[in-house]
Amino acid sequence: MLSAEAIEKIEYELTKYPKDQRQAAVMSALRIVQTERGWLSQESISDVAAYLGIPDIAALEVATFYNMYDTEPVGKYKITVCTNISCMLRDSDSIVHHLQEKLGIGFNQVSEDGQFCLKEGECMGACGGAPLMSVNNATMYEYLTPEKVDKILKELK
Amino acid sequence: MLKIEIDGKPVEVDHGTTIIDAADKLGVAIPRFCYHKKLSVAANCRMCLVEVEKFGKPLPACATPVAEGMKIFTRSKAAVQAQQSVMEFLLINHPLDCPICDQGGECDLQDVAVGYGASGSRYTEEKRVVFNKNIGPLISTDMTRCIQCTRCVRFLKEVGGMQELGMVGRGEHAEITAYVDQSVNSELSGNIIDLCPVGALTNKPFRYSARSWELVRRPSIAPHDSMGSHIEVHVKDDKVMRVLPREKESINECWLSDRDRYSYEGLNSPDRLKVPMIKHHGEWQETDWKTALEYAAGQIKDITTEHGSDALGALVSPNSTMEEGYLIKELVHGLGCGNVDYRLRQTDFRLDGKRVGTPWMGCNIDEIEKLDRILLIGSNIRNEHPLLAQRFRKAVDNGAELSIISPLDNNPLMDIAHKIIVTPNDIVNVLAQILKAMSKLQKLSLCLPPQLSELLEQIHVRPNTEAMAESLVGLGETVNLIAPKVGIFLGNMALSAPRFTEMYSLAEAIGGVSGAKGGILPAAANSTGMHLLGVMPASTGMHARAMLEVPRKAYLLLNIEPELDCQHAALARSAMEKADCVVALTAYKSKALDHATVLLPIAPFTETSGTFMSMEGRIQSFKAVVKPLGECRPAWKVLRVLANTLGLQGFDFESSEEVKLKIFDGEKPSDFARSRLNNNMKELVEIETKIKSPGLQRVGEVPQYEADPIVRRSEPLRKTKYNIKRLVRLHPDEMRAYDLVEGDMVLVTQDKGSTVLPVRPDAHVAPGCVRVAAAHEDTLGLGDLMGDISIEKITQEQADVFKSKQMEAQN
Repeated sequence: MLSAEAIEKIEYELTKYPKDQRQAAVMSALRIVQTERGWLSQESISDVAAYLGIPDIAALEVATFYNMYDTEPVGKYKITVCTNISCMLRDSDSIVHHLQEKLGIGFNQVSEDGQFCLKEGECMGACGGAPLMSVNNATMYEYLTPEKVDKILKELK
Repeated sequence: MLKIEIDGKPVEVDHGTTIIDAADKLGVAIPRFCYHKKLSVAANCRMCLVEVEKFGKPLPACATPVAEGMKIFTRSKAAVQAQQSVMEFLLINHPLDCPICDQGGECDLQDVAVGYGASGSRYTEEKRVVFNKNIGPLISTDMTRCIQCTRCVRFLKEVGGMQELGMVGRGEHAEITAYVDQSVNSELSGNIIDLCPVGALTNKPFRYSARSWELVRRPSIAPHDSMGSHIEVHVKDDKVMRVLPREKESINECWLSDRDRYSYEGLNSPDRLKVPMIKHHGEWQETDWKTALEYAAGQIKDITTEHGSDALGALVSPNSTMEEGYLIKELVHGLGCGNVDYRLRQTDFRLDGKRVGTPWMGCNIDEIEKLDRILLIGSNIRNEHPLLAQRFRKAVDNGAELSIISPLDNNPLMDIAHKIIVTPNDIVNVLAQILKAMSKLQKLSLCLPPQLSELLEQIHVRPNTEAMAESLVGLGETVNLIAPKVGIFLGNMALSAPRFTEMYSLAEAIGGVSGAKGGILPAAANSTGMHLLGVMPASTGMHARAMLEVPRKAYLLLNIEPELDCQHAALARSAMEKADCVVALTAYKSKALDHATVLLPIAPFTETSGTFMSMEGRIQSFKAVVKPLGECRPAWKVLRVLANTLGLQGFDFESSEEVKLKIFDGEKPSDFARSRLNNNMKELVEIETKIKSPGLQRVGEVPQYEADPIVRRSEPLRKTKYNIKRLVRLHPDEMRAYDLVEGDMVLVTQDKGSTVLPVRPDAHVAPGCVRVAAAHEDTLGLGDLMGDISIEKITQEQADVFKSKQMEAQN
């Protein structure tokens, strides 16, 4: 069951589309539910599908197509580091290395305390600030150095 | 019209035509995988790339509309190069396991690879593997072979009405799957096997049993519902291996329902009767044809001489051919008896003698999708005519408004504009309300016969019926249609209802007021044909129901299992028990025929020639596709010889074609049908709109995979989700009223018979109704499909006692 807050937010999204096109709000609805629950379980996907009146599989298609939807648990903070060309030239490798060392996890793993998850990201379109990473798809940190990463991690904890 | 040129050949096409359609029209072959003329355009396989003048890059022919003066090259160097590159990419992850693939020999990928592929692969890296999915008992999957054309996804979504498959993941990780290991439950699911251009989706029951080039393909007609779908039966070593659709745009297009596709498994059932059998001192004994026929004829003769010819009753399956129907009618009449009927699942015969002609669908199948307003009365269309439901779905997609009046709120997988879910008895009242509302809207009250006008005076129109009536006359939310094309159809539940006469008359009247087309959707392959031939009681004869109510001394059964195929199971069983002699022409040994005296093995539709008449009055003949099994004989031959043995004159037919000629008496069959199909009535029937039944009413649908002896024996269909355990389904309100919770055992009683079943709440059942499916062992003790019924809560112990008693009684 979706929470009352989630339903309220989804209802707002639905106002942007014609009444008979509820499927149009599937991306927003998935995002809202993911933000609330941390990740998209099968149950969450079914809930979204049921609320919008679309087949479960149609919601699953969307949830598995975009990499910002997480269909596996991701811990409290999902850190996505860009490793594409601009960031790589600005030594994103060392950032990745530092993060892996510090958190004791590799890509697509969740730290033992359930706090952090590391993901390899694609270009986020902000190469001017390379190297960079985003946390929980929402906050972006630019001009990263190992020291800056430490500070961010500390703040997050 | 646009003038274009394809490979130098000029052609004129309509605006909006795509290059691939234009090329198909011209007969220029463009390779394709994802494009299918009946599905939406996905343009994701890229196989149909062609070169177009003045365009810098190749364009997908399936998704490019033509423009004036366009010059298209399908075999130019650039086009061929593009096609070859796509082919190479498609084959990168394809396992190339053709030698062990069922699709081998009829595979689009194989064919196109021969035409457009390279002789070897440059790809040496590892290929990806996709795990197989279990999507049910009908379709087997080899997902590694999939090329992601998404035809199956689009079919289920667009034609099937419910997206049950989807493509999850993206790029190299994309794969076709059902939601979390669910099965594909569409009643049209088999079509995705035909659509799959590779061997990813193949026929599960057929799997590994033959190669496509070993099969002989013979045309036939589908023998279950009354659409008359064209089928192609694939035969190996005189055995039916599988059934595929034969394209017929005006009937089944290129589709086939699962029932028509997989019922053939019932033909190869171990239940098949191979030799004639006679019951001797309570034991079944095999015998030869001569003995069996002489014994049967002797018995019939003795009984009719002793008790009068009226002591015989003949029950005929509406799935039998016209030839068989004609012969059994003539045989019974020849004995001076009028008791013959094919309407086994009907209780209301008040319209007999009041019709102008043979009732039929009232329009053509392909007209449905052009309707603006549709009213379905007492029909669970997906269960009754799975493929016809698809035509209605198209109509709704085209903007038609669908109204439903039914005791069941089943999801037809299309948008419903108005629905009224009431008990079968109340349907009559609802129809009267609609008629009243419509005659007011159409300002037509003066045109109605006074009898009907008087009746309508007392009717109170409710708002929801008013809304439905407004929809049917063409009023819409934004646009009012001035002359809407309306279709009104009565389904199986209406046909078996005790108040069918009222429903039919009112539907006729509504049709008259709204200028609608329509009629009945007859249940079985040859229902219309049987009516046309008059396989019905003569003026003095008894109808199917009366023959069972007032048991006959002797019965002649054609292709039926009485307690499963008749309206009143308990009545049918007791009538057979009491009879002195039951001669059954049947393709199967059956528990239902335990009380028979003689079993004569007849050939099912694949082993005999014959003719079916479809719901739209189409008369279609077919030939045998395999030799009869064992000593089975075509029923028309058996009936002929039986008649001769009985000493009757006029049964000298040498072939089924001769019988057909005799039936139509030299007339062109279509002329014959045309002059006799008519839904009108000669006179008005007495209509009572207010019948209050104090108790509950049964809604006894026949599940689609239990409809006739052949499909009942198809193992794969029995394994589908449709073959659910028998339950009593009640509206949640009724559950509360009877103090029941899910899983409670209830004693269900109808007439004198009863049975014990678990109960389940079902909001899709109208309040006041009990949904108990028919044509099943567990419900044989019950009576009418649609009739009064009572339920009583009992404990598990009582249920066990009841069941053990039942077992004892059976042994």
